Amino acid sequence: MNNIIEIRFHGRGGQGAWTATQLLAMSALEEGKYVQSFPSFGPERAGAPMMAFVRISDQPIKLHSDIYNPHSVVVLDPTLLTAVNVLDGIQSNGKLVVNSHESASTLKNSLKLKDQQELWTVPASDIAIEILGRDITSTAMIGALVKATGYVNLDSVLKQVQKRFSGAIAEKNIVLIKRSYEEAKKI
Amino acid sequence: MSKIVKQEMMGMNGDTACAYAVKQCNPEVVAAYPITPQTIIVEVFSEYVANGEVTTEFIPVESEHSAMSTSIGAAAAGARAYTASASQGLALMYEMLYIASGLRLPIVMTCVNRALSAPINIHGDHSDAMGARDSGWLQLYCENSQEAYDTIIQAWRIAEHKDVLLPVMVNIDGFILSHTLENVSVIPDDAVKKFIGEKKIPVVKKPNGELTPYILHPDYPASIGAIDLQDYYFEHKRQQAEAMNNALKVIKEIGEEYGELTGRTYGLIDPYMMDDAEIAIIVMGSTAGTAKYVADLMRNKGVKAGVLRVRSFRPFPRDDIVKALKNIKACAVLDRSMSFGSYGGPLFTEIRSSFCYECDKPIIVNYYYGLGGRDAPPNLLDNVFNELKNIAETGKTGEEIRYLGLREGEKDAVNYKAELVSFKDLNTGKIGGK
Repeated sequence: MNNIIEIRFHGRGGQGAWTATQLLAMSALEEGKYVQSFPSFGPERAGAPMMAFVRISDQPIKLHSDIYNPHSVVVLDPTLLTAVNVLDGIQSNGKLVVNSHESASTLKNSLKLKDQQELWTVPASDIAIEILGRDITSTAMIGALVKATGYVNLDSVLKQVQKRFSGAIAEKNIVLIKRSYEEAKKI
Repeated sequence: MSKIVKQEMMGMNGDTACAYAVKQCNPEVVAAYPITPQTIIVEVFSEYVANGEVTTEFIPVESEHSAMSTSIGAAAAGARAYTASASQGLALMYEMLYIASGLRLPIVMTCVNRALSAPINIHGDHSDAMGARDSGWLQLYCENSQEAYDTIIQAWRIAEHKDVLLPVMVNIDGFILSHTLENVSVIPDDAVKKFIGEKKIPVVKKPNGELTPYILHPDYPASIGAIDLQDYYFEHKRQQAEAMNNALKVIKEIGEEYGELTGRTYGLIDPYMMDDAEIAIIVMGSTAGTAKYVADLMRNKGVKAGVLRVRSFRPFPRDDIVKALKNIKACAVLDRSMSFGSYGGPLFTEIRSSFCYECDKPIIVNYYYGLGGRDAPPNLLDNVFNELKNIAETGKTGEEIRYLGLREGEKDAVNYKAELVSFKDLNTGKIGGK
């Protein structure tokens, strides 16, 4: 009972954080799980910091409130690391998954994680620009999160991407997610 | 169990779940005007129309007043009519709401509950629907997106029941449900079609004793909404009250029939862990889910906690509520809206008066919570249960009217006394300014 995984995505308005949470939630749903996905509710402004959330559970989720103590936090945009407190409320053994090409030591020094907390990074912007031609990291970061946590199977995510997008966009995102999954590493 | 129809598990937010249910019901007319947080319903449904997935006449009206007027016209002509609104939109419909119910037109509407201005706020609370609580509409409040889907389908059967013939408002909490993607198990289109059945027209008696269909139809000339003064208005209102009373039985019957089809049974109230509960939270809408979650945690600690969710606020299931609370020592009624100047919130006052002539009654306290979308997380509801535990143990009620999740230090604001200045003072620059 009450074993609910809670995940928070940090992005900027227009970067697809909400879409990412929907893809992740739908992937879990397809695996037979119970899910919730919702954005931080507010007037959306392109470029402004925003959050989106996911709950995943084996049981129906009765809870209908905000998420304060996520098990994992995903950061889509590296500039958010200094703009907002991405570690706010994260569980003491939580996982932080960051889009960054900074060196491990630079990141570790600036983030000040606790012993039990894990930091995972992937240069998602670089990969996205290479594959999509644009700095859109929402799908890539799902790949990194899946590598770090195994909340869902990678195949379930790829299946959802195929359902949601079509043609070249779907294909490119699948390549992107796979690359991000491979390149994501624990620091 | 074999009678339960095969279902598909989808992921939908509350708004989409409503739109999807309406698609399956395929009403003749949908007239709506978009307003946050109802917008997704209108967007998704207009896609269904554009894709030819429904045969509905979709009328993108210029205001909510027109949305309800159009629904009234359509329903009077015998069509199934659906609309959706929220907050200021519902407020703009106000006068037409009474016409829909007074004319006994079985319209179905989703109200995506949102706070009312001022101050402007787009988030979830029950102020909008409570403003319409005396408008003669049935009001059902949903706990999750699944229930939103299920209730839309049931709503037609309830509204069109010959003993009811009243419009139904299906309430879902703005953002908390409307924008939260959840698991929603849907039944096949043909099962929905079969469940709601063919739209039937009521037959009424003319003054000369002849029978006639109650419909705007060229072959059956009649005035609908004619003047009705001291002579019969009162009797018509008495009939309306009776119809609302009949709805108590009909909501249960339809909820049970729906349960046989889907495995999900609905009623007027939704008691959770109430059989042996000593303390209880009484609440409507999505917060009931969080309260149930917290009740589970309290049970693990050996506390006999329960939750009574009120699903039907209009009609108000007085007898069911009294029965459900008869063995409770102390309970808290949570109100997500304010009736300014009233002694307690709308749900509290009704529940309290329900117990007026009962010999055994629980201690009942009232909490205002969640106004303007203020979150109601588990720790706040945990506090409520702990305070109830204390009340039950000591028998001391303490403050009857309380505030949950109100910012600390708010006392300064509450106690602030405004001083008045004259225009003369302003002209002489006594207070601020440039």
